[in-house]
Amino acid sequence: MVEAVFWFFAAVAIVSALLVVTMRNPIASAFWLVCTMLCLAGIFFLLQAQFIGAIQILVYAGAVMVLFLFVIMLLNLGRDDAALKRTPTWFAAVLLAGVLASQLVPALIRYSSERLAFEYTRSAVLADPRMVFDSTLSAAQATLERGVPGDIAKPLFEHYLVPFELTSILLLAAIVGAVVLAKRRI
Amino acid sequence: MLLGPSLAVSAILFTIGVAGVLLRRNAIVIFMCVELMLNAVNLTFVALSQAYGSSGQVFVFFVMTVAAAEAAVGLAIILSIYRHHKSVDLQQINLLRG
Repeated sequence: MVEAVFWFFAAVAIVSALLVVTMRNPIASAFWLVCTMLCLAGIFFLLQAQFIGAIQILVYAGAVMVLFLFVIMLLNLGRDDAALKRTPTWFAAVLLAGVLASQLVPALIRYSSERLAFEYTRSAVLADPRMVFDSTLSAAQATLERGVPGDIAKPLFEHYLVPFELTSILLLAAIVGAVVLAKRRI
Repeated sequence: MLLGPSLAVSAILFTIGVAGVLLRRNAIVIFMCVELMLNAVNLTFVALSQAYGSSGQVFVFFVMTVAAAEAAVGLAIILSIYRHHKSVDLQQINLLRG
């Protein structure tokens, strides 16, 4: 059941990602990108990352895409672009993407947590991932104790506290930069 | 476990994003393709965090912060480029000076 829902979301995400690239109208591209992001949020829910899924809907499908649509409509870019010409660059890009996908997908689709544990420990025999990553065992317990956001908050505010503070500086710089760039006269 | 299929889906989405950046000429659509690539990487982080522990989800948090900052600054740059050239077609914008 979970796998069927996963493949449904995956198929819709891939088809709408293709439509993002092929649609000639930027507004249509933006709406198909929203569709991709909502499907990814569904996959996040299936992968037991409920908090990330909720943030994905709020921040990406909500805030970031509204910003995109706002700029498209502000600049009145809703007209169709010229059709993609099949130049040598076009063929090179499609070839490169095809090679990249054909190399990555067969290698990754069979990847399992046993393989991850094997690469992590470098032991001769396949290790049990539950023994290698003790956090897997304690994750269910931690979620019960602290709740889903608390499970992320603990590493965020303990181990990654300095990077977390640095992101606030990044956001401040981005706000100042956006105002300076977009304002006609300061 | 959905680890392998999730990584494969994220690879496909990343590849589509790469193709979009190479194919399209509209600056805003190229930008959306970059967001698509960032989303694909987020899926990788979440899939691996299932096996490795929840610190992978912290990195998704950081990627989202960077993506939001990038969207704000990038769209401001597109706005000021549009004021100069009256176009966001990257084929016509090839000079750093205005």
